[in-house]
Amino acid sequence: MAAAIFSLFIFVVALLIGTSSASSSGLQILQAERQIELTSHIVRVYLTLKIENTEDAPATEVLLAFPPTQFDHLALVKAAVTVGKKRKKSYVPLEAKPTERPDAPNGTKYHSVSLLKPLAKGETTNLEILYILTQSLEPFPEEIAQSDPQLVYYHDSAIILSPYHIAHQATMIKTPSNNVESFTQVDPAHRSGSELRYGPYEGHGPYSYSPIIVHFENNHPFAVVEELEREIEISHWGSVQVTESYKLAHAGAKHKGAFSRVEYQSRPGGSGVSSFKHLLAVLPPRVHSVYYRDEIGNISTSRLRTNSKKTELLIEPRYPLFGGWKATFLIGYGVPLKDFLFESAPGARYLNYTFGCSIADTVVDKLTIKVVLPEGSKDPSVEVPFAVKQSLEKKYSYLDVIGRTVVVLEKRNVVPEHHVPFQVHYKFNPLFMLAEPLMLASTFFLLFAASVVYLHIDLSIRKKC
Amino acid sequence: MLFQLIQSTLPGKEKPGFDNLYFFVKKKQGVQTERRVIVVVGGTKIVVRGGKLVAVGICIPVEVISSLQNPNSLTVEIPNSDPIHQIRPMVAAKMEKSAADLPASPGLSSVLKSLKLKTKQQELLIRVSVLFLVYVLAFITRLFSILRYESMIHEFDPYFNYRVTQFLTQNGFYEFWNWFDYESWYPLGRIVGGTLYPGLMVTAAFIFWTLRFLRFAVHIREVCVLTAPFFAANTTIVAYFFGKELWDSGAGLVAAVLIAICPGYISRSVAGSYDNEGVAIFALLLTFYLFVKAVNTGSLAWALASAFGYFYMVSAWGGYVFIINLIPLYVLVLLITGRYSMRLYVAYNCMYVLGMLLAMQIRFVGFQHVQSGEHMAAMGVFFLIQFLPSHQYSRPTISRFYVVIIKAILTSSYLVQVFNFLDWVKYLLDDPKKFHTFLRFTVTSAVGLGAVALGVGTASGYISPWTGRFYSLLDPTYAKDHIPIIASVSEHQPTAWSSFMFDFHILLFLFPAGLYFCFKRLSDATIFIVMYGLTSMYFAGVMVRLILVATPAVCLISAIAVSATVKNLTQLVRSKSKPAPAGSSKGASNTKASSKGSLEQSMPFGRNGAIALLLGALYLLSRYVIHCTWVTSEAYSSPSIVLAARGAHGQRVIFDDYREAYFWLRQNTPPEAKVMSWWDYGYQITAMGNRTVIVDNNTWNNTHIATVGRAMSSYEDEAYEIIKSLDVDYVLVVFGGVTGYSSDDINKFLWMVRIGGGVFPVIKEPDYLVNGEYRVDKGGAPKMLNCLMYKLCYYRFGELTTEYGKPPGYDRARGVEIGNKDIKLEHLEEAFTTSNWIVRIYKVKPPNNRW
Repeated sequence: MAAAIFSLFIFVVALLIGTSSASSSGLQILQAERQIELTSHIVRVYLTLKIENTEDAPATEVLLAFPPTQFDHLALVKAAVTVGKKRKKSYVPLEAKPTERPDAPNGTKYHSVSLLKPLAKGETTNLEILYILTQSLEPFPEEIAQSDPQLVYYHDSAIILSPYHIAHQATMIKTPSNNVESFTQVDPAHRSGSELRYGPYEGHGPYSYSPIIVHFENNHPFAVVEELEREIEISHWGSVQVTESYKLAHAGAKHKGAFSRVEYQSRPGGSGVSSFKHLLAVLPPRVHSVYYRDEIGNISTSRLRTNSKKTELLIEPRYPLFGGWKATFLIGYGVPLKDFLFESAPGARYLNYTFGCSIADTVVDKLTIKVVLPEGSKDPSVEVPFAVKQSLEKKYSYLDVIGRTVVVLEKRNVVPEHHVPFQVHYKFNPLFMLAEPLMLASTFFLLFAASVVYLHIDLSIRKKC
Repeated sequence: MLFQLIQSTLPGKEKPGFDNLYFFVKKKQGVQTERRVIVVVGGTKIVVRGGKLVAVGICIPVEVISSLQNPNSLTVEIPNSDPIHQIRPMVAAKMEKSAADLPASPGLSSVLKSLKLKTKQQELLIRVSVLFLVYVLAFITRLFSILRYESMIHEFDPYFNYRVTQFLTQNGFYEFWNWFDYESWYPLGRIVGGTLYPGLMVTAAFIFWTLRFLRFAVHIREVCVLTAPFFAANTTIVAYFFGKELWDSGAGLVAAVLIAICPGYISRSVAGSYDNEGVAIFALLLTFYLFVKAVNTGSLAWALASAFGYFYMVSAWGGYVFIINLIPLYVLVLLITGRYSMRLYVAYNCMYVLGMLLAMQIRFVGFQHVQSGEHMAAMGVFFLIQFLPSHQYSRPTISRFYVVIIKAILTSSYLVQVFNFLDWVKYLLDDPKKFHTFLRFTVTSAVGLGAVALGVGTASGYISPWTGRFYSLLDPTYAKDHIPIIASVSEHQPTAWSSFMFDFHILLFLFPAGLYFCFKRLSDATIFIVMYGLTSMYFAGVMVRLILVATPAVCLISAIAVSATVKNLTQLVRSKSKPAPAGSSKGASNTKASSKGSLEQSMPFGRNGAIALLLGALYLLSRYVIHCTWVTSEAYSSPSIVLAARGAHGQRVIFDDYREAYFWLRQNTPPEAKVMSWWDYGYQITAMGNRTVIVDNNTWNNTHIATVGRAMSSYEDEAYEIIKSLDVDYVLVVFGGVTGYSSDDINKFLWMVRIGGGVFPVIKEPDYLVNGEYRVDKGGAPKMLNCLMYKLCYYRFGELTTEYGKPPGYDRARGVEIGNKDIKLEHLEEAFTTSNWIVRIYKVKPPNNRW
């Protein structure tokens, strides 16, 4: 009985959203499983879909629907198709890109996943989808005192939003601790420990939506880099110099009232649980001349651990960061050129470097990467596996006459999954390397020549006696 | 031929004042002579004393010349040298040439000449390379702080200078001059462009722009950090030339080395101490050098250069008052000792008039040169020398063109009338007696008039009286009694003997020796350095920071002592090894050596003694070097922003609390927040924290500082009223109780009470003392234990155990258990405390809601 009422309710919701026109496609989702990870401040959603084509026309793409609020916080969508059975299962990545639909109800936004091969009628395929949401945990209460834990809200829908009919679905939500204040009941839904389970729900039409709120404790440091500018300067004399300037903020619940050092010192576990003291930056191996400073000087609280695989820099901002507090700093290091610069063709080179932010487990709101090419390089082009904003600049560094070309890449909402290599191709004549040393040498030569001339010339009007 | 004629004029000009015979003789390189030069003019012997060893100006009055039979023939006789040379003024150059070739045969002379040229080149090479090494040494010895810590700005005032330089480089000159700083002295603000000496900032900005133009992508901070060492290195070059001018190039080199590493100077010029003194000492020494050069040569060009040096000094540091008082004093001394000359007249007039006009271009100085009591001495001397009878002193060395220029310059002041008037009167009154009477009358009346004018000016307020700092220089006890704000600064305290020893080391003993040498060979230049040394030593005794001003003088005078001693000793050693002096020229020149040699024959162990003495001198000098390096590295190279200590296991522990707090302020408070702290930290808060402060290190408004002092020493509710009236959002205190850092606000608190009480009588010092003692433990005065400063420093400190085996609330800086552990704050709340508790910031709560 209850199930019948419930399905009626869902039907009404579906009608309200107005789906009649959107479900033109003949695809149907047989089984959907969703797992939402809320353990850190980055929300990762794993979606497993089993899709069947019910129409005659072969389907080439699958649409993923997102409510507009989620779409704005969407950092990354990754899709893969499962190939093979059981043991020999492998994943082939698929391309997912945002698309617009004219008939989208209530401002729903889409990502379209192109399938490897068109799906004929009656065929099924398994899709694995990962999407990442940032800034989707809303602290409540918004302000907490030093000794309070941090509680947050997560908003979503118990039913997966989709333009297709979903036959069978379930959602799992994983919270960082057992401390869940409340969650919206959409039967069947139950909690065991740190796991919340919504579903299974059967037979929901397209654009079904059932809003839920989960209120839980999350003391994970909400480290958000509001702005990061990475400058990668290539010197063909053997080094790549990287300078990263961070604007870090604690994006969790705002700190309220007094900050007591006594309590913070004497009760490390009980006071300021949501604050964080240090961060870990992972740098490439074989780095040299690492520095960590800010506008007013060196920050002495950092530790560098190196091994042959990677370098870890443990940095401590000048003060622990409580909710709403900010810190800006600069990390700089040099890496050997031969690790990152390669020759593709005679006269053509490319830099292969990692995109994203060195600090582990952070979100970057606005990332700017500036690749400073050596003076005299030509035809820069960039290869990045996702969409970025590109532009060119000029920079004058030491002894530059014509200036260096700077390739500027901008991207918003960067998560650790964006740490993938990107390439900058350019043409460079090695003779340009000699320009600056020759300039210096000739300056000194002229200086000495001038002094020799000066010593040997007599400019006085009167003859010296 | 020992002397060569440089310049001469002939008698027989119509115009009055041009009729004296005047010429310079210049000593040849490497010639050693006595101070006296006897000039035989047509049978009349004239003994010329003084002047300079290198160049002797000889002036023969027209009366003597007119009595000569043959005025074109002069004989110059130099004691202790055999030949008596004849110089005919007109054809002297020709005569001299033949005379120079006379002693040796042509072939030998050419060989000798080429050899001599070589040694000369060698000497030049050695001198230049030594100077270059000293230059580099002076620079790198100041880099300890960069190696130990980092490239950062030190102390307090440099942060303001750094902030101003940043502003200048970002916004340009025009904005800089018109800069009204809202971030300091809230709510009054500060007209920065008009209340600072811009020399340092403009210099750094200029260096920055130059480097940028040359495509050196440096940061302004690096430029600021390295400005002081760079100028210190330049100072060594000036010291070399000054020493050369005073004594010889040997003394110059020694002076350069001594000043390069002298701790007294290093203390203010290490990398990062970006303060006015960094460039000012360079400017000071340069001005003095150029002035002495001008006095020695009588050249307008040098005087002009010294005026510009003075201008730079005025633009850089308030210590220029020392120059503007020392130079007139020097002129006065020369006047009294009868060394007054036309050279001095030219040098002083040009330097004073032009220097004054240039100095007026600095907004902070403005019309002080004519309005303030501190500058009146210079003006008085200027007046005085205009009245001096000109007929005794000849002017013809300078060509008429220059005379026209001088007069044109003087026209700019109203004194030219007097100047011309005297000549004119003298022209009218052909009887010298009448003229003298007239002169006496005018001089007396002029001095009287000047005195009356000064009196009237002072009384009417047009000429400002001396400032407190100036008074406290003349009377060391003045500040203590009258101006607590000056007395509260540690660098204004009288100097202890130990710090003299610390800063000068052996120079302290070499200084009197150098004075002895100077007195032995008195000249205009040595008189100057003696006066500079003695006056600055006095000032160094009055105020610790003025050791800095004395350092160049001490180094130069000590250099003379070292150079003269070592030279004499080496000559003693070498004369024995070379039994027969090589050539006649050598014998003639080494007069001193030969006399010493004869002396030595009477002492059989003289040579060994000389060697021993040389070794001793070497040992002492090496001790000096070791001491300087040690002092520089240990005492003067800490930035005082970052504190370093040794941990329990010998490792280095760094307390970076200041920057922690300032950066916290910068990042986590509203941009318009106002921070109240004691004035010491004002500059740092604005520069590093980028927040508005109530008072800062530019202590121009005593009342404002006293208000802050009053707030700190009142009870919390009274203080809250003051804090609210000042619109303060945060209160910052520095507290060393956890780390044992002793220069914290509790130790400075007595001055807050004193300064606050000086303006607001409600604050009474005895309320904070128990039996005249200042305590924070249980025996402390109740007012002390409940005043705002005490509460803010010790809030929740009673819960903390600072040292093992001591009760909680044990103050390590003062070594007592605090007397009030239960501190409740009503109107303020702890906003931030740094990891070692050195800086504590409190937020002022809004007033309670009323219902």
